Amino acid sequence: MRYFPLTDSDREEMRKCLGIKDTRELFSDIPQDKAYYPLDHIPPAVPEDRLLETFKEIAKKNKFSEYLSFLGGGAYRHFIPEVVNHLSGKGEFVTPYTPYQPEVSQGSLQAMFEYQTMMAMLTGMDVSNASLYDGGTAAAEAALLVARKARKKNTILIARNLHPEYIEIIETYLRDLVELKIQYVDFERTTGTVNLEDLNKKVCDDCAGLLFQSPNFFGGVEDSQKISDILHGKDALSVQVVAEAMSLPFLKPAGQMGVDIVVGEAQSFGLPLGYGGPYLGFMTAKKDFVRQMPGRIVGETLDVEGKRGYVLTLSTREQHIKREKATSNICSNEAWCALRAGMYLATMGKTGLLKIAKSNHLNAAYFVKEIKKFPHVTVKYPKNFFNEIVLEINNMTVDDFTAKLEAKGILLGVPLKWFHKDYEKAVLVNFTEVHKKKDIDRLINAIGELK
Amino acid sequence: MNKLPELIFNESKEGKIGYSFSETEFPDDIISLDDQYRRDGQNLEDFPQLSEVEIVRHYTNLSHLNHSVDSGFYPLGSCTMKYNPKINEAIAGWEEFSAHPYAPLKLVQGNLEIMNTLEKWLKDVTGMAGFTLTPAAGAHGEFTGIKIIRAHLAAKGNPRKIILIPDSAHGTNPASAHFSGYEVKEIPSNENGILDVASLEAHLNEDVAALMMTNPNTLGVFERNIVEISQALHKNGSLLYMDGANMNAFMGIVKPGDLGVDVLHLNLHKTFSTPHGGGGPGSGPVGVTEELLPHLPVPVISKQGDLYHAAYFNKGLGRVKNFYGNFLIMVRALVYLMSIGKENLRKVAEDAVLNANYIRKNLENDLDLPYKFKSLHEVVFSDKGLNVKTLDIAKRLLDFGIHPFTVYFPLIVHGAMMIEPTETESKETLDIFIRTMKTILKEAAEDPAKLQNAPYSTPVRRLDEVLAARQLALKWEKKQE
Repeated sequence: MRYFPLTDSDREEMRKCLGIKDTRELFSDIPQDKAYYPLDHIPPAVPEDRLLETFKEIAKKNKFSEYLSFLGGGAYRHFIPEVVNHLSGKGEFVTPYTPYQPEVSQGSLQAMFEYQTMMAMLTGMDVSNASLYDGGTAAAEAALLVARKARKKNTILIARNLHPEYIEIIETYLRDLVELKIQYVDFERTTGTVNLEDLNKKVCDDCAGLLFQSPNFFGGVEDSQKISDILHGKDALSVQVVAEAMSLPFLKPAGQMGVDIVVGEAQSFGLPLGYGGPYLGFMTAKKDFVRQMPGRIVGETLDVEGKRGYVLTLSTREQHIKREKATSNICSNEAWCALRAGMYLATMGKTGLLKIAKSNHLNAAYFVKEIKKFPHVTVKYPKNFFNEIVLEINNMTVDDFTAKLEAKGILLGVPLKWFHKDYEKAVLVNFTEVHKKKDIDRLINAIGELK
Repeated sequence: MNKLPELIFNESKEGKIGYSFSETEFPDDIISLDDQYRRDGQNLEDFPQLSEVEIVRHYTNLSHLNHSVDSGFYPLGSCTMKYNPKINEAIAGWEEFSAHPYAPLKLVQGNLEIMNTLEKWLKDVTGMAGFTLTPAAGAHGEFTGIKIIRAHLAAKGNPRKIILIPDSAHGTNPASAHFSGYEVKEIPSNENGILDVASLEAHLNEDVAALMMTNPNTLGVFERNIVEISQALHKNGSLLYMDGANMNAFMGIVKPGDLGVDVLHLNLHKTFSTPHGGGGPGSGPVGVTEELLPHLPVPVISKQGDLYHAAYFNKGLGRVKNFYGNFLIMVRALVYLMSIGKENLRKVAEDAVLNANYIRKNLENDLDLPYKFKSLHEVVFSDKGLNVKTLDIAKRLLDFGIHPFTVYFPLIVHGAMMIEPTETESKETLDIFIRTMKTILKEAAEDPAKLQNAPYSTPVRRLDEVLAARQLALKWEKKQE
């Protein structure tokens, strides 16, 4: 077996050194009646050539890549420059552990510090952590952070137009913490955005803060400033969730709209769809929150000779020091994904990011403009979106409609009835820079044929 | 070589371009966004602008500053820094696997097959009745597992209040229990570093929901009373959670399910060879007994006839992570298990344990060994009797191109040095390590200052962590001109 460097003579020599005859003697503490059981399912070792064949066969059973896809809803296909794949694939980046020995981890640490800087710039915030698992768990961590920061206030407000999976995750995270209560803030059925009247009504003296998403789950841009003002009026915190990080370069930064904490999913920055993971949870915040933040944070310091260097810092927040009093139980995070995001952002650079983000929006805007000519479909919220819109099907069921498009090689989008009873007729359709005009025209024509 | 690259922001220059992508085909006048929401480059004034070759050199130079499994020995205890096979990486990178998580299930049957097969094989290794693959890391698995226990007990009428955790446990255990709504009660391990039934029983009462036990524990010692411990817990209506971070020690040798474990998590990024990526992504599948199956989180994957199916909503615990978890990590783990095969599976554990014991044997006359029970996959020494500290030895190892062991953990050992070589190290490497340790200990005896000032040959020398925490600099700031 090529992964075992010990030879039989090595093993023999080592056993002799240990004064044992059989390696099994090392396992004598294990109940012997239960040890060395038979394996039922795992097959015999497969050599590398046949391994490739086996996985090619499995890969062939996936047909997704043959389709023109407009699926989004928290997972987005964006262009990834080859340098990102090449550089992030280096063994020196792939195979270290968490940088516990900073003297031999400056590569990862500096890259994380640069990532933190870029995420802070993009969100207009003071500080960023080094990553969390994904958008949904980052939102849950933000809810916990808000509760810690607000101390005696125990109600967490959640906007109903947050990504439904994020809501489920927050509910799972908070369910057993009996002192915390979740209250939902509704959204306007006419615009898809947070119902400010309902927010005004719900925000109370016991409210620690609100988690809202912008662009929201329907793709619409929220008035983060107005929302934050309402919250701050009651001394509650404003947390903006971002499920599509590509919107950040295009939209006014949360930090300039009164938001206190930004969390979300940064898969769009250099990570493939990957059937849902690994992705990249991020969290940035105003600096007052840094000591309550979950996860690793990299800081700059000096070595004994006065040379600049980077270390994991503020570790007194973390589980290995504080144990049950830590700000989170997180240990392993998504460091390599954050590394890729940093590489992606640096490669696209200021110019590239602004252009790509805008082209996402323009592609969606073109679709919205053109599709108006067909009365059998309606764009439900045709204003102030980023790259995702809700399309209502007026002449047949969503299942029939999407099946017919699928037969033409097109995946229209995410059926919203999966998540909301009121959206029986609606599909969430996403456009990114990977779609060319001809792709969008193909979609428009195919929809036109389903009159 | 090993020159510290400038921060990328200082290497940037207005007008440089590092990417190439088609221009948009649409004019700005179709923009459908009110001005008040638009960004005109605010806060992005100093965003990097570099050419492609400069990006490549920046990160290539950074990569040279890292120690990694690919570059050298990495005996970081409890972290199982085994070799990460390249074929795993290649296959996980195939575009066919990179589908959208909301793709119709019939278009992603290959992916569902991968998850279903991995689940089956993990059951084989552990003897558990079912798995969720969604947790993103070990700690996330602990959190999920404890919540499963809570849901199960709550369904039976009383979720109870307390999780017992031995004093040798990893910090994530108490943190995960706390975030699952439990009080944590620490229980002492005995003079041999393991838990005995009597001391457990002294802590058992009707409030105890479960015991979280790492096995082999963080001393690298098998918790030999585990079967009796499980029986005592079950008699009390409590459950046994096993932290499987150290599963590499007995993978294929014994199934935790046969030892009375109710819930466990595995670390695919430890035992199953997927890389640590400088801190993640990991994957922390959770296995449970038959009785707990209804409480697994979504999605739950099954085979119905010839087709694979995913129950995606409204089941069991609910959702703990987006989509299916870290799918591409699961692909790597499956490739690994297929490469290793049933005949080699227990050789993984045997070689890992043989390597650890070889190190123990060759250093036990040089270093204090506080707990004498048999070591499995790792050995823990202490700095007792030395005139330098554990940290000094660790830092000096860096000068020899060896990544140090885990330092100061477990907490029950003063100045702990926790050494885990794994099965993917050669006898030659172990001999070099042993010789190096002896050299360093000799240096310590003759010239302790040499160790206290180490390292000397690393890209940076000892870093001031106190300064980092006091004068927080958490991002690049433009120099005032």
